[in-house]
Amino acid sequence: MTEKSSITKLLPRQKMPEQDPLVRRRNFDEVPLGYTIELAMAEASRCLQCKKPGCVSGCPVNIDIPAFIHHITEGDFTAAIEKIWEKNALPAVCGRVCPQEIQCEGSCILGKKGDAVAIGHLERFVADYERIHNLAHPPPKAPSTGKKVAVVGSGPAGLTVAGDLILKGHEVTIFEAFHKPGGVLIYGIPEFRLPKEIVAQEVERLEQLGVKIECNVVVGRTVTLDELFEQGYDAIFVGVGAGLPKFLNIPGENLVGVLSANEYLTRTNLMRGYLFPEYDTPVPKGKDVVVIGGGNVAMDAARTALRLGADRVRIIYRRSREEMPARLEEIHHAEEEGIEFNLLTNPVRFVGNEKGRLVGIECIRMELGEPDESGRRKPVPVKGSEFVTECDLAIVAVGTGANPILTRSTSDLKLNKWGYILVDPATGKTSKRGVWAGGDIVTGSATVILAMGAGRRAAESIHNYLTWGW
Amino acid sequence: MFKIVRREELAGGSIILNEIEAPLIARKVKPGQFVILKASETGERIPLTVADVNVEAGTITVIYMVVGKSTALFKTLQVGDGYQAVIGPLGQPTHIEKVGKVVCVGGGTGIAVLHPIARALKQAGNYVISIIGAKNKDLLILEGKMRVISDEMFICTDDGSYGYHGFVTDVLKKVLKENSDVKLVVAIGPVPMMKAASEITREFKIKTIVSLNPIMIDGTGMCGGCRVSIGGQIKFACVDGPEFDGHEVDYDELMLRLSAYKEDEQLKYHEEPCKIGLAKAKS
Repeated sequence: MTEKSSITKLLPRQKMPEQDPLVRRRNFDEVPLGYTIELAMAEASRCLQCKKPGCVSGCPVNIDIPAFIHHITEGDFTAAIEKIWEKNALPAVCGRVCPQEIQCEGSCILGKKGDAVAIGHLERFVADYERIHNLAHPPPKAPSTGKKVAVVGSGPAGLTVAGDLILKGHEVTIFEAFHKPGGVLIYGIPEFRLPKEIVAQEVERLEQLGVKIECNVVVGRTVTLDELFEQGYDAIFVGVGAGLPKFLNIPGENLVGVLSANEYLTRTNLMRGYLFPEYDTPVPKGKDVVVIGGGNVAMDAARTALRLGADRVRIIYRRSREEMPARLEEIHHAEEEGIEFNLLTNPVRFVGNEKGRLVGIECIRMELGEPDESGRRKPVPVKGSEFVTECDLAIVAVGTGANPILTRSTSDLKLNKWGYILVDPATGKTSKRGVWAGGDIVTGSATVILAMGAGRRAAESIHNYLTWGW
Repeated sequence: MFKIVRREELAGGSIILNEIEAPLIARKVKPGQFVILKASETGERIPLTVADVNVEAGTITVIYMVVGKSTALFKTLQVGDGYQAVIGPLGQPTHIEKVGKVVCVGGGTGIAVLHPIARALKQAGNYVISIIGAKNKDLLILEGKMRVISDEMFICTDDGSYGYHGFVTDVLKKVLKENSDVKLVVAIGPVPMMKAASEITREFKIKTIVSLNPIMIDGTGMCGGCRVSIGGQIKFACVDGPEFDGHEVDYDELMLRLSAYKEDEQLKYHEEPCKIGLAKAKS
C-alpha cells in the first residue's frame, strides 16, 4: 500500500466551517465560512492524483483539477489559482454555486467508497486566497487582432466568453440590461450564498484585462443585433439567460402577496431590498411564507424569507424529496435553518381577502405515478384531498422561460418551440451568421457552470471564425 | 451618468419635467414607450413614459408627479446632475394609423404620456379631439402643446377653476354623443379615470386604448411584477404593453396591485430612521 492511499484512509473529508443555523437564519452573511490554510492543505492531501482523473471530464469547463490540488498540497496557492484561471474565469463563483456533487466530485474515485475530495471547497479556497493576497498573474494576453466582439448579457456565459476572447487578443464589449453586471449571479443568487462583492471582484478582474462593460443597454430595444454589426462588431455572443418567470396559471395568482421568485430575489439581491429603508426598494415581508417549487431558486427564496423575518417558511413541492432538483447542500442548509417541506403537495388556488391580499392557499395532495418524459415519476392528484392552509406571502419558483425581447427583434434567429435559440451544440453557432448563443437562452434554466461551459465552446468557435472565417 | 439638460417645474412644482441626455434611447423611442430611471445607488427603478424626444440633441423628456420617496429624490436633481441609470426604450410602441376621427383623453400627468401619441395620431392624418383635465387650473399641464396638435380641445377641472367644471369622462360622454363618427379613443390618466372612460366607450362600442402603470422592476419581462389581467389572460405590462384594450383590462385588480407597497413607501417617505439612532420623530 502506498503512503498516499494510507493517508486517504486516515483522513476524512474536511468539513467547511459554517455559521450556526440559528444565527445565520436571521442574517444575510455568507453561510459557509471557507477553509483555513490547514484545512485546505489537509483536504488537498486526500487527492489520489489519478492518472485518468474522472473529475476533469466531470467538469463542464475541464479544469485541470489534479494539478491545481497538487499545488495546494505544496502550499503554492498562487500557482493553484493560475492553473484554474486557464479554464475558469469565475472560480470564486463556481467554488460556491456549482453542483460539484454531480460534476467533478461526482466523478471522484474516492467517492466510490467514501467521501469525494471537496474540489469545490478547494476551488473556493484558492480563489478567496487570491482575492485577499492578489499575487497571481493573469494568463498571458495575445497581441491585438483588431477584431471586435459584442457579448449580450453579463451572466456566467457572457463573462466566460468575454474572459476567453480578451485573452485571445480580441476587443470585447459586454452589454448588460441591468444597471449592474453579473446577471443571475447578482439578481438571483442571494448574498448568503454568493456575496455580491465577490461577483464584483471577478467582473473587475475581467475589466482589468480590458473587457468593456456597458450597463443599461437592453439589446433588442436600445440597440439591435444588426445595429451592433453596423457599428463594427465582427461577432456577437448572446447570453441573455431565460429571464421570463413561469407562473402556475391557477386562480388568485395576481393577488397582492403572490410574487415570482425572480421579482422577490431581484428586489432583495439586486435592489438590496433587505437593506430597506436604507435602500429605497421595498420587499414584501411575510410572516407565514410559502414557496412553491423544489429547485435551488425555491431554496434561495425560502431562506431569504426567513432572513427577512418570517416566523414560518414552507416549501410546497408536488413531487417527493428524491425528485427535488435543488442541490443536496441547499436542501440541507434550508432544513437546518428551519424551513419546512410540504412534499407531494400542489397548489390549486390562491385565496384572497376582500382587499385582494393573499391569506391562504388551497392545495391538493399528490402521489407518484409512472415516470414522465423527464424520467421523474409523474405526480398525480389524490381525489378529494384538497385542503386550505393559511399564509400571507407566496413565492412562485417553478422555473423560467425564454425572454423574447432580443429574439423578437431579430428576424433571422431560429428558435425552438419554447422560444429558446437553436444552436449547434458543439460550437454555439446560431442560424444567423456571426451570432453565437449559450447558457439558459439555449438550454432553459440550468446551472452556472453549464452556462460557462457553453460560453467556453462558443468563445473557441468565435475565435476560429475571427481567425479563419465562418 | 445620464445628465439632465433641462428642468422645469410645472403645476406649481408638484410636477417636474426633466430633459435627459440619452442618445441611444432618443434614436429609438416611439410614442407610447417608456424608460426606467434610477436616480442613485440606493434608488429604486421607476418606469416613466417618454413625453418627448429630440433626436438631434440626443435627449428624451420625462414628466412626473412627486408622489413618494423616489420621485421626491428625482425632484432634487438639478440641471447638470444626472440619473445613475436610464434604460429603454421599453414596451410596445403605440399602433398609429389613420382611422379618421379620434378622441384623446388625458388626466393629470397622463397628459404627458398622451401628448406624443396624440401628436402621432394627428401626423398620421387623423382628426383629433382632445379632452384634458386636472384637479384644478394650477395642476393642468401641456395645455399649449395639446392645443397645437388638436383639431378640437376641451379642458376640465374637478373644482371648476378652469374650463368645464367636472371630470374628463363627463366631457367624453358629451363628445361621443355629438360625434357618432369617432373611431378610436385613447384614454390615459389615473386608473379610476381610465376605468370610467372605458365604461363610457364600451356603451358607444368604440375601440379604446389605455396605458397602464403597474409596479415594475426591470421592465424587460423578467420579474413579472407588472402582470395585469387583460380579457382574463395574464399579460406583462412591460413587454406586452403598456397599452391595452381598455375594455379588456381588470382595473380593480390593477388598483389593488398598485397599492401593494403603500405602507412600506409611506414608512420610507415619512419615517426615515434617525441616522444617529435617536428616537423617531412623529410627523
